[in-house]
Amino acid sequence: MLTTLIFFPLLAAIAVLMSGENAKKIALIAAIIEFGLSVFMTLGFDPAAGTQYFQEFWWVPSLGIHYSVGLDGISLLLVLLTTFLVPIIVLSSFKHNNKNPGLFYALILSMQMALVGVFSAQDGFLFYIFWELALIPIYLICLMWGGNDRIRITLKFFIYTLFGSLLMLAALIWLWMKTPAPHSFDIQALYSLNLSATEQSWIFWAFFLAFAIKMPVFPFHTWQPDTYTDSPTPGTMLLSGIMLKMGVYGVLRWLLPIVPSGVHEWGNTAMILSVISVVYASGIALVQKDFKRLIAYSSIAHVGLISAGVFSLTMQGIQGGVIQMLSHGINVVGLFFIAEIILDRMKTRNLSELGGIRLVAPAFATYFIIILLASVALPLTNGFIGEFLLLNGVFQYSTWMAAVAGLTIILGAVYMLTAYQKISLGVTNHHTEKFVDLSQSEKWVLIPLVVMIFWIGLYPGYFMGLAEPSIKTLRDVIHSSHGISLLSH
Amino acid sequence: MTQLAWLIPVFPLVGFLVISLGNKILPKQFSGVFASLTVLASFILSLAIFLQSPETGETVFVFDWIKSGGLSIPVSFLIDHISLTMLLIVTGVGFLIHVYSIGYMKEDEGYSRFFSYLNLFVFFMLLLVMGSNYIVMFAGWEGVGLCSYLLIGFWFKNTEYNNAANKAFIMNRIGDLGFLLGIILIYVTFGSVSFDDVFSAAKTLPDNQPVITAITLLLFVGAMGKSAQIPLYTWLPDAMAGPTPVSALIHAATMVTAGIYMVVRSNILYSISPFTLEVVSIIGMATALFAATIAMVQTDIKKVLAYSTVSQLGYMFVALGVGAYSTALFHVTTHAFFKALLFLAAGSVIHAMSGEQDVRKMGGLRKKLPITFAVFAIGTMAISGVPPFAGFFSKDEILARAWTQSPVLFFFLAVTSVLTAIYMFRVFFLTFYGTFRGTHDQEHHLHESPPSMTIPLVVLAILSTVGGFLGLPTVFSEHHFFGDFLKSSLSTPGTMLQSEASHTFEWTLIGVSIITLAGIIFWAFNHFVKKHRIPAIQETEFKPVAKLLYNKYYIDEIYQSTFVKPLYSISNFFWKIVDNSIVDGLVNGVSKSVVWAGQTIRLVQTGNVGFYIFAMVFGIIAMLLYNLVF
Repeated sequence: MLTTLIFFPLLAAIAVLMSGENAKKIALIAAIIEFGLSVFMTLGFDPAAGTQYFQEFWWVPSLGIHYSVGLDGISLLLVLLTTFLVPIIVLSSFKHNNKNPGLFYALILSMQMALVGVFSAQDGFLFYIFWELALIPIYLICLMWGGNDRIRITLKFFIYTLFGSLLMLAALIWLWMKTPAPHSFDIQALYSLNLSATEQSWIFWAFFLAFAIKMPVFPFHTWQPDTYTDSPTPGTMLLSGIMLKMGVYGVLRWLLPIVPSGVHEWGNTAMILSVISVVYASGIALVQKDFKRLIAYSSIAHVGLISAGVFSLTMQGIQGGVIQMLSHGINVVGLFFIAEIILDRMKTRNLSELGGIRLVAPAFATYFIIILLASVALPLTNGFIGEFLLLNGVFQYSTWMAAVAGLTIILGAVYMLTAYQKISLGVTNHHTEKFVDLSQSEKWVLIPLVVMIFWIGLYPGYFMGLAEPSIKTLRDVIHSSHGISLLSH
Repeated sequence: MTQLAWLIPVFPLVGFLVISLGNKILPKQFSGVFASLTVLASFILSLAIFLQSPETGETVFVFDWIKSGGLSIPVSFLIDHISLTMLLIVTGVGFLIHVYSIGYMKEDEGYSRFFSYLNLFVFFMLLLVMGSNYIVMFAGWEGVGLCSYLLIGFWFKNTEYNNAANKAFIMNRIGDLGFLLGIILIYVTFGSVSFDDVFSAAKTLPDNQPVITAITLLLFVGAMGKSAQIPLYTWLPDAMAGPTPVSALIHAATMVTAGIYMVVRSNILYSISPFTLEVVSIIGMATALFAATIAMVQTDIKKVLAYSTVSQLGYMFVALGVGAYSTALFHVTTHAFFKALLFLAAGSVIHAMSGEQDVRKMGGLRKKLPITFAVFAIGTMAISGVPPFAGFFSKDEILARAWTQSPVLFFFLAVTSVLTAIYMFRVFFLTFYGTFRGTHDQEHHLHESPPSMTIPLVVLAILSTVGGFLGLPTVFSEHHFFGDFLKSSLSTPGTMLQSEASHTFEWTLIGVSIITLAGIIFWAFNHFVKKHRIPAIQETEFKPVAKLLYNKYYIDEIYQSTFVKPLYSISNFFWKIVDNSIVDGLVNGVSKSVVWAGQTIRLVQTGNVGFYIFAMVFGIIAMLLYNLVF
């Protein structure tokens, strides 16, 4: 069933490619079917039973490469995030008549295949293949439908992330050679390796760079604001909503359990970089004039906190990281959609040219402020659950880091409320007085997001329950096989 | 009955949902009435529970909210005498203010929106006071901050109002960060955030534990933000941008006392941390005096009341600092009565004056607004501490408690008390006595407010008159109703026994305050009414001290240049220099150097076979030599 879930989007992509005019509708239907399938699988999922829907067969026997996929709680949540967001992303672009829609939606769907694949791969090589496969569609989307400066920007993005991936590939091959003959890429084989401290340090850095570029974490982030700003908005949504979670997921699945001594050695550095990301990017977001770029920097700040929580290795830190990955995906897609609506109607995202939109578009303003409040982590919204757990986890690791990272609570409110004021409040100008309120299809994009904001905010127990046993197992793997002491709680 | 307590916050939540989702279908008048009824329902239920008066605290479990490892946070409510007191204030005063708003907001185009926000506020405030753990309290805490933001910027076309709203939210968030870190430290220390677990563990701890000091100080940072204490008070005077009922409900009677409530709730922690208590009383005292001096020269009627709120909150913190928790709550209660009264009466004045708030343009209003005049007089006497109005008893109790702790505290509070009487009677006489100084249009338009506004005023005036008898000093009565009621829910501070002031002292205090107040009233009447000393319109005519006070010690300007501007400069520096030039420059540099290296190495590939062979031979020789030498 999992294999179907992975490759159904690819089949759909081919159908979409050939469908011509009806591309968007077919893409939407396919994405909804995919979502339904993943919900069905979630209903049959037993959180306590470890990796499920496991499938394995030989792919390249001579190299010990399996096609092996399966879901544990963490993977499942990220798969759900992907299948939930893709239909929304498809629907969000309905208003646009992109040139060559067949190709556009086919690329989105094939990206979905790669993303689901990344989150379910149980074999190092397969993981790497899906990881790279995810890059190609998004690269093409940005390149073909991006802004004016797209060629330079996408090239930089492509080379930067490819550089990271190659480091990861090198590390994977090294690990493969360390496995007992006949060698294997199987994740369990990699977990049970006995690596020296030096090897662990090297592999830590190879993995960490690959994942840190993807997230991105300071100072490996400079590709991100340009790419997010210049990409067509569905591309930005894919990048920020789902793709960056590949980085965090990579840390959880492939970095922490494989090189715990490396984490012991260098985790502090990773924490420091993450915490710097939080404050540094929040500060930069404060002085942005382009709303999309502002969201891009705020995303760096949020992901920095997620990364810090995960590297704290505490229960709350990791659990907060997992919940916040979902919340961030939902909120950032919402925010980018808001930015897209503004751009679509006003032909500008420059904050100083906007204002008073709440007067003419009350529904728009209401959805906007709900998503915005979720993104500044107001209690009873999804953002609070994640941020509270993350700060809690970071605090247990280091009081000072939590205090510094906590500044995001203040700075986030500053830049978001300032932006909201400049966009929505005050009086209209000759530009914004013509702002049309939300259309029905736009509402259908925003409603599911708002529902999820409150579901996770009010009753996160369901989602946390799905992931909790897997996180326990993960911490056990780190703890038991390598004797790294973990903080209690 | 107590088990139904979960309904108390649900009523206004339903009100919020119905009004905000149904605003297109429902008639306009409906929202005001419906919103008021939901709060009334909460009040009646609170009253019913209060009358049954459970002896000890009862916890009402609602549902599991967050569970992560050892961390378990249910949404559940604690009903004890502390929360019951707050419940009655919030729903009772809240209801009156809802009713008042029906008349006050009648003409406003955002009528329904106003009531939906007001309901939402009551919901969060109830969450705050009922929560049985710190996270539920924090949820309410941030929620009321949100409503405060929405209501300060209610008239969102005005940029200044929006700035005030942002300022309030952000300043509160500074405090909230402290609060949140305090909560996390509580969790790390006690392994739980529920009041039951934390306080029963804290009871066994000795005094002066550094970690408890840290927790209490962090929580106090949160209280500073919410309850507008130095240095986080500057948002509250600006918050007067909101409609006047908002100033009454949120920025005087209820939300701003959340900080007091939180400290009272955590009294066990504070009692074992004498250092923090000292900090609390010093900050409270400084704020009380500082804000009172500013209020002396303000000419906007709401600004005067706003600074008086800051000052009175300072009083309450002094009470907390000397360990007189029930006294602090007593003052919260009486203050809720008379400050809501004063604000609403001021609203009635502003309503009559067609929006004018400057007392220099008022005067002689007592004839045109007899009810407003009468209730404002009662409010003024209550806040100034004229016996037997409500403020007298609670203030007197704080002064007496401060005296037993430290004469210095007592002295500064007494000075503040004198200042309070002066600035309040100044406003009172300027507004209601003398001759009218506004425009002809305004004079023509002057009218008493409709009953929906005056009835709540009268109720509050009665409460401000008799509310003080809830807590008579020992010289009058053996029973201190308020103190006795709260006793079961409060700890006795270990290091500071709640020593009572002597009867001689009490009598002296009462005598001296009556004489002083009489003197002040006489002087103020003489100065403002008989001699017509109206404050100057032009700032240039002010004396230097008055100018300094009028400009609020330039604190806003100082914050602007020491915090806000540097923050933006640093951010710009991060962006333009560090990010664009250094970090990205390095990245681009690496890629350029790769390109350069590629181009350079390419030159070697000339295609000349002879060169290749030469190079190969040269290389082999070099390798051989290397092996020979090393």
